[in-house]
Amino acid sequence: MKKTTFLLIILAMVLLPATMAFAAGTKDDGVERHAFIFKNTGNPYGDKQMQGFADGIEEMGFEAITRAPDQPTAEAQIQIIEQLIAQKVDSISITGNDFDALQPALRKAMDAGIAILSADSAVNPESRITHINQADSEMIGRTLIQAAYDMAEGAGEIAVLSATSQASNQNLWIEWMKKELDENSGKYANLKLVRIAYGDDLRDKSVSETEGLLQSFPNLEVIIAPTTVGIAAAGRVITDRGLIGQIDVTGLGLPSEMAEYIENGSCPYMFLWNPIDVGYLTAYAAVAASRGELTGAAGEFFSAGRLGEFSVVKASDGGTEVLLGAPFKFEPSNIGEWKSVY
Amino acid sequence: MSDVRKISIEKEWSWKGFFLQWEWLLVLVLIVVFLVNSLISPYFLTLSSLIQTPSTFLDKAFIVFPMTMVIILGRIDISVGSTVALSAVVMAVSYNAGVPMPVAMIICLLVGTIGGGLNGLLLTQFKELSHVIVTLASMIIYRGIAYIILGDQASGGFPDWYSFLGWGSIAGIPFILIVFAVAAVIFGLVLHKTRFGRSVYGMGFNSTTCEYSGLRTDRVTLIVFTLAGLMSAVTALFLTSRMGSTRPNVATGYELEVITMVALGGVSTSGGIGKIGGPILAVFIIGYLSYGMGLANIQAPVVLVVIGLLLIVSVLAMKFRVSPKKRKLAM
Repeated sequence: MKKTTFLLIILAMVLLPATMAFAAGTKDDGVERHAFIFKNTGNPYGDKQMQGFADGIEEMGFEAITRAPDQPTAEAQIQIIEQLIAQKVDSISITGNDFDALQPALRKAMDAGIAILSADSAVNPESRITHINQADSEMIGRTLIQAAYDMAEGAGEIAVLSATSQASNQNLWIEWMKKELDENSGKYANLKLVRIAYGDDLRDKSVSETEGLLQSFPNLEVIIAPTTVGIAAAGRVITDRGLIGQIDVTGLGLPSEMAEYIENGSCPYMFLWNPIDVGYLTAYAAVAASRGELTGAAGEFFSAGRLGEFSVVKASDGGTEVLLGAPFKFEPSNIGEWKSVY
Repeated sequence: MSDVRKISIEKEWSWKGFFLQWEWLLVLVLIVVFLVNSLISPYFLTLSSLIQTPSTFLDKAFIVFPMTMVIILGRIDISVGSTVALSAVVMAVSYNAGVPMPVAMIICLLVGTIGGGLNGLLLTQFKELSHVIVTLASMIIYRGIAYIILGDQASGGFPDWYSFLGWGSIAGIPFILIVFAVAAVIFGLVLHKTRFGRSVYGMGFNSTTCEYSGLRTDRVTLIVFTLAGLMSAVTALFLTSRMGSTRPNVATGYELEVITMVALGGVSTSGGIGKIGGPILAVFIIGYLSYGMGLANIQAPVVLVVIGLLLIVSVLAMKFRVSPKKRKLAM
């Protein structure tokens, strides 16, 4: 009896990896394959972006590979990059978890003849052809401070709840927020940025960082969360603690996730572009780059399907970028129609 | 001591016994992983892919050696991931403060050694403390110090030659694989061919008996935990080289990945049982398994579930393998 059980277990142990064959089943039929790597799994914003990317690639008749590691770290993304190099994909577009740390891996991919783009969160200019940016970073940063000024009625303490400390998109927006505050010190004399907290785009950490902010700064007026995971976490905490009306939340959020908080008043309004369009635009740029039609020089044009023509412009980090457009404002009057879209 | 010697090294040798060893089962699993991987992805079974792949997963594998010893002792060290982060951060900060890179690397190894040594000291000086609690505390403390030193920032800008550690090859074989092989031989000899190695097994079976038999058990504990710190620093060197920079949150969760490899390698957490070969095979099984599934673009959560299942099934298999007779002798 014992022996049979033992043998069964051994059999299971050997067969376990084998079952993966049925779960996967890849083919190499010579179709062009384009890959997208997001920051981590379990991020609805990232899911939308990957969906948009896959839509664009499949529309052109190619195969899309969308990947995300289970942890939002550069280490994990490096492993995925290595796997994609071995698969000889035609292009890799990545939403970077670190501005510099991915360079060795991405250079290796470039040496293997793979076109590299970053999208949403940039990697350094040496490791990319160009960057697909959602909206002008300056405009996002300045708009968010103006929103906080409006919500705090001109005076009070404000705090930022960001993603990871290495997320280059969030860091750039925060830089512009600080510039907006410094350059208009007269207007913002009574508005005080007290802390930048990092929720790492993880729900539990974002919730505890928000609670930390509430405890450290009892007079806090506004929390700016320029990340969809962070803003939803902040909205949840403010609602649960019964602080609606005392502390306002704004930032960048997904309408479907934030509808509840916009409707209950914890978030008077917020901004976002369409993440599906970011992915879709990236898809067209990636295909153009893999054919050498897009080299990443400022002034180049390319066409992106239903979105029309786009041009490459200089970016503030020394490289180039492609801008999707201006951020869109979500408020109680329009959230109803958008919450079912994305 | 003579009893210990008998149990650990003078087992009767037979062909049947030889092939019933845990390690053969692992070899079988590894072969299945290879077969399946080459079936689901046409890119897996190329020589360059097979030889180059280990550089994607070997960084944490250096900790597997001392962790095997720690677990044979019947203990556990969950501070290793934090030790990696702390030694990497101190190295990066020293380098950027003007210390030459080779010296910064030695500082890295020192920090790891001290970190591990402190765990060992606490455990031997305050025997009433649980090893889980002590290393849990140092896990929090070391990570915390790394954050205090660097804040929520990255530090890097290392010289170009430093990237050779993680990315370079000698005669087509990744440098990290060569170092891993050398470390495997050294740790294998130490664990299986020296008096020190036998003491580790002896203490895993029965620490009290060993102490009353005149074995310097405190010294063994101290050395084993110090080695865990030192090898964490070695991991820090390779990890930092692969990333070109470091942050205080690197290597999060490495302790669990390492413990998974050791457990899958047939080392019993109740102590005294296991060989160095098992965990080494487990490193490659888990490494190639996740790499292969990655090649087939299977999403990350699925990979985690498969590794978890493999672990629980293997632990069950081991429970049946360790016959009641043998356990009695061990007690």
